[in-house]
Amino acid sequence: MERSLLVIMAFAASTVAANAADVAPADVAFVDGSVEASLSGVPGDPENGRKIVGDKALGNCVACHQASDLSDVPFQGNIGPMLDGAGERWSEADLRGIVTNAKMMFEGSMMPSFYKVDGFIRPGKAFTGKAADDTLAPLLDAQQIEDVVAYLVTLKDY
Amino acid sequence: MKRLTATLTIGLVAATLATADPVDDTLVLNGETEIVTRTEAPEAVADVFDEVISGWHFRGDETREMQADDFDNPGMIFVEQAEDVWNTAEGSVGKSCADCHGASEEMAGVRPVYPKWNEEAGEVRTLEMQINDCRETRMGAEKWKYSGGDMINMTALLASVSRGMPVNVAIDGPAQSTWEQGEELYYTRFGQFELSCANCHEDNNGNMIRADHLSQGQINGFPVYRLKNTKLNSAHGRFKGCVRDTRAETFAPGSPEFIALELYVGSRGNGLGVEGPSVRN
Ligand code: HEC
Ligand code: HEC
Repeated sequence: MERSLLVIMAFAASTVAANAADVAPADVAFVDGSVEASLSGVPGDPENGRKIVGDKALGNCVACHQASDLSDVPFQGNIGPMLDGAGERWSEADLRGIVTNAKMMFEGSMMPSFYKVDGFIRPGKAFTGKAADDTLAPLLDAQQIEDVVAYLVTLKDY
Repeated sequence: MKRLTATLTIGLVAATLATADPVDDTLVLNGETEIVTRTEAPEAVADVFDEVISGWHFRGDETREMQADDFDNPGMIFVEQAEDVWNTAEGSVGKSCADCHGASEEMAGVRPVYPKWNEEAGEVRTLEMQINDCRETRMGAEKWKYSGGDMINMTALLASVSRGMPVNVAIDGPAQSTWEQGEELYYTRFGQFELSCANCHEDNNGNMIRADHLSQGQINGFPVYRLKNTKLNSAHGRFKGCVRDTRAETFAPGSPEFIALELYVGSRGNGLGVEGPSVRN
């Protein structure tokens, strides 16, 4: 907590080496902002996805979004829309596209791109303030994205 | 009555987390000096804001009250320390600040116009740069570290004697190119999060980012005593933290980038009263 002034979005970039079967960040195929094919080829685990969305050190989606299903998680932000009903408003492919790189769906979006490793201006080494090195990993790995998507799909209620 | 409204607003925020408007309150220093904490937007931001609002309105009741009274404001301890330094001769010339400038109160009106173009030096100077120039060329003393304790304390003293005076940073003439550089930095989406100052402080002030109530990111209150780290923090220190938290390679206090950014951000608060040392969480 002391280390970072804000600690609002302490995402832990995954340190796990990318799985050989994963679609690499540069190879993700977007169609109108959506991504049809699974990034990992392994079905997502909604339970784990729920954890990632609420965990400060993982997705920390609640830094910007509120979700009634996550009412056990304190301090939810309101930068983005409520996630309630996201699984009703969007298809699984849409949600995969949004979490992978929201800017493909919403031009100029403030939402960070969770599965992207290049094209940044002055990328840093996590929250150290120092320059990134060749270990720069996406904010979430392929399976974590699939888990989050599997969870979002379950958010049918408003 | 105002206070009642403030309490009600906060109660609502806690309950719903949905809206978090700046608190409706008036900053009266030591029961006598009213400080302008919201005012019509200056030229630099007239196209994006109707009104510019001090970060003071975005803090809780206790934090706001602490700043309203010098006996409660922990930042004033550092002002007192700087007052001693102001009157102490140092360096090969054997002079104190007071030997050239008189009492510290004589410096009222200086803080509000910095950063400022210095004709002889041909550069935009922050208050810190000017202080160090005095130390080196007029006192024959060593420079202070840009955001070190001595420097922050002295900027707190110089801010304190200007409290209530409107920020009035000049952005035209020779300062213009530096100002434009600052503007560009303000809108650059840095780091792995690809976030600019504007994403948080222009587009989302009033909103919550996790537990933080986003303000307009004004610097009229600097240096700021933060309850979180229990010390005075410089504007460049805050910039450094905000850029770092976008998962970016940040810039250093005193760097040309932050000097330009300070000029630009300062001008976005033209018209707000000087508050430093203010209190924030
Ligand atoms: C820094 C802020 C921020 C973070 C962090 C963030 N989002 Fe978003 N998100 C937004 C914004 C803003 C939008 C609205 C789209 C737009 O206009 O840019 C959005 C839109 C969405 C949408 C579409 C909402 C709808 O129903 O219209 C979904 C789904 C979503 N985000 C999920 C996530 C998930 C899952 C995470 C974490 C893995 C996340 N977001 C992290 C800011 C954020
Ligand atoms: C991801 C969000 C985010 C970004 C991007 C960001 N900040 Fe901040 N900033 C915050 C939060 C949260 C705070 C603490 C709450 C507040 O005062 O707004 C803060 C506080 C500040 C303050 C202190 C205001 C006060 O009254 O004490 C200043 C000044 C500031 N930011 C300037 C900037 C500048 C300049 C940039 C760009 C270089 C920037 N910020 C980028 C989130 C951000």
